[in-house]
Amino acid sequence: MTIQTFEKVLAEHPFFRDLHGPQLDTVVGCVANTSFAPGEFVFREGEAADRFYLVREGKVAVEVFVPNKGPVTIETIEGGEVLGWSWLFAPYRARFDARALTAVRALSLDGACLRAKCEKDPALGYELLKRFTEVVVSRLEATRMQLLDLYGRD
Amino acid sequence: MDPGDSLLAAASDLDALLQALRRRGYTLLGPRLRDGAVVMDELERASDLPVGWSDEQDGGRYRVQRRPDGALFGYAAPLTAWKRWLNPPEAVVWQGRRVKGGFAAVDEAVPVPRQAFVGVRACDLAALQVRDRVFLGGPFVDSAYRARREATFVLAANCTSPAGTCFCASTGTGPACGEGYDLLLTEIVSDGRHELLVEIGSERGAEVAGELPQRRAEPADLAEAHALVEAAAGRMGRVLESEGLRERLQRSYESPRFDEVAKRCLACGNCTMVCPTCFCATLTDATDITAERAWRRATWDSCFSQEFSYVHGGSVRTSGGARYRQWLTHKLLTWHDQFGTSGCVGCGRCITWCPVGIDITEEARALGRGEAQGRRA
Amino acid sequence: MVATDPAASTVAGASALLAGPMQPDPFEVRQVAKETGDTFTMTLAPIAGVAPRPFAPGQFNMLYVFGVGEVPISISGDPARPEQLVHTIRAVGATTRALQRLRKGDWVGVRGPFGTAWPVGEAHGRDVVLIAGGIGLAPLRPAIYHVLLHRALYGRVVVLYGARTPHDMLYPKQLRDLRSRFDVEVEVSVDRATADWQGAVGVVTKLVQRSPFEPQSAHAFICGPEVMIRYAAIALEQRGMSDDAIFVSMERNMKCAVGLCGHCQFGPFFVCKDGPVFRYDRIKGYFGMREV
Repeated sequence: MTIQTFEKVLAEHPFFRDLHGPQLDTVVGCVANTSFAPGEFVFREGEAADRFYLVREGKVAVEVFVPNKGPVTIETIEGGEVLGWSWLFAPYRARFDARALTAVRALSLDGACLRAKCEKDPALGYELLKRFTEVVVSRLEATRMQLLDLYGRD
Repeated sequence: MDPGDSLLAAASDLDALLQALRRRGYTLLGPRLRDGAVVMDELERASDLPVGWSDEQDGGRYRVQRRPDGALFGYAAPLTAWKRWLNPPEAVVWQGRRVKGGFAAVDEAVPVPRQAFVGVRACDLAALQVRDRVFLGGPFVDSAYRARREATFVLAANCTSPAGTCFCASTGTGPACGEGYDLLLTEIVSDGRHELLVEIGSERGAEVAGELPQRRAEPADLAEAHALVEAAAGRMGRVLESEGLRERLQRSYESPRFDEVAKRCLACGNCTMVCPTCFCATLTDATDITAERAWRRATWDSCFSQEFSYVHGGSVRTSGGARYRQWLTHKLLTWHDQFGTSGCVGCGRCITWCPVGIDITEEARALGRGEAQGRRA
Repeated sequence: MVATDPAASTVAGASALLAGPMQPDPFEVRQVAKETGDTFTMTLAPIAGVAPRPFAPGQFNMLYVFGVGEVPISISGDPARPEQLVHTIRAVGATTRALQRLRKGDWVGVRGPFGTAWPVGEAHGRDVVLIAGGIGLAPLRPAIYHVLLHRALYGRVVVLYGARTPHDMLYPKQLRDLRSRFDVEVEVSVDRATADWQGAVGVVTKLVQRSPFEPQSAHAFICGPEVMIRYAAIALEQRGMSDDAIFVSMERNMKCAVGLCGHCQFGPFFVCKDGPVFRYDRIKGYFGMREV
């Protein structure tokens, strides 16, 4: 994939919509194409969180391994969604497992590289933080709804 | 005599009218004095009425007191309304019995006796019209109500002695009676004179009035009766501020005022029992001990009870404030959406018989107007 | 006491008191099938001499167990085949547990059908999005049957279903059949996954965000717990749907089902006759308020 195609793909991805000019270029510089086979781990709990992913196609399960129970899927992430936010916040370690349920095509972004660039360019940092906060907030709202156990016995 | 005509009768002729009704098979029902209050009960003759009695009503307060004259209708709204004889507090609405393989309905003839309501005030007459819209005006008609209603003779009486909790003038439902009566009496009591103006409202009423001495009322009599009722309109104890009320209530659903009322309200439901328009009922199914016969009964219910709004998992309205809000907004606001009129006829019973004297006119005045901003809990 | 009057009128019979709508007609149980946990599906047929009752999708019946009680249950069968009256019921109280104990051949009293229906006619020529949560799929199923029977009259048809866990899904076989069709999009999400679940995990509102329908020319029908309806409607509006194209099914305490007992009131509405299906813009204001 050429840089130009990357740009187009990034710009079309909901997460990076309306990111332009030098800021977009900076991000593009940190992008790589990637894919995962069904069952393959995208990242493991505890690993250094140096990358995050823009899922293009396929389904990824965010899991927690519970002793005596095994892996419990707490959420599934699909095309158009962002996977991984621990790269932005210390201690920069993944908090959950992420495993491809189907064949997955994604753009992987070098979080460590972007962090360094954000330190130098606070405006870029602010743009990225805005977008990630939105992701985290909507995940929190959804999780709270799941917690309500609306379809349960009561 | 025809509907629209008027007679002038001596007050002593009332008994003749009542006996004429009894001879036609009507059970007389109306106000009588018992246990220190004017209550609704069966009557046999005119002297069973609270002759020479008046009442003093206020928030959570009721007293009867003697009048200097021997007025037949010198008091205001009796304790209960007429609804118990149109929608009985408990009635069987379906009966069944087990048959081989299943069950079948039991068809039992239920007599609906003729009944005459004696002394129906304007507020209660308006309440009958309101109930008619509920039970006869919707997509489903209550045929038991219709049968009882058709068997009811309405002998109305204009109010000349309103009480401290009355506000029919501001609800547009009194003190002069509107339509719906068979006969309408206006009592004229002054020095040496005790007469009744009898206005004929229906063919049925004309027929019964035929048993009275046929003395046509003069214009002066009509004017005097009219003046007495007009004067009563000026002596109402309370006022319901209807101007912009619906808009104000619509805006007030989240008013903290409801929680304020809830601090006093016992959710006892007295207001719903004495209100002439409250119609909520619950249905319960039961069997006899052998489980061979089953009944479904309709019994009076109140939106103030916790179970009233129960759905799987809990009740929708658990707080007292929410239940008071339901009653008030239904009566003064959503009744319009449902039935095209207000649900309140200004009889004031809810104020009189509330143990803590909560006043619907006071709440209506306060809501949506000049109160502290904020949302109820 | 006044002597009995010869001129007293007489009502025809106890069954005529309130007549028609208060009279339960006997239906026979044809089948009782367990769905999940405490949920089961009962199929009824009219007994000999009793006419089948046609119904519109979204309507409900009052089901009566002799001597026990009566409950409102949405009809969940095919409106094109009213001779099979299907209800999916959750056994949570005396009457529903009594219904659960019935077997083939037992009789159930049926009053109805009552209430307003999903506007399947109004949705002609438009995309139809059916969003169900938990047992909410049951009152929506008749709409699904109807839409698929007249498939050519509609644009895209999307079914979004949220359940607690994969074991709590209703009609799993039917969902799989639906999935295998090329003219229906079916997306299912669970709140909690089991070890073998390979599908989506998350709230059903998330499915709304990614669903392939045209917001400007779609009708949406939502049924499920009230909280879920609220958030699903918000998600639909965020997608650009107008609130007069969103329809929801409400639930309140019901006794008479004919608007005469006052129990089912929701603001100015009687859920038994103004609902249970409501156009969202009509009730939006009351939705946001507590204890209405």
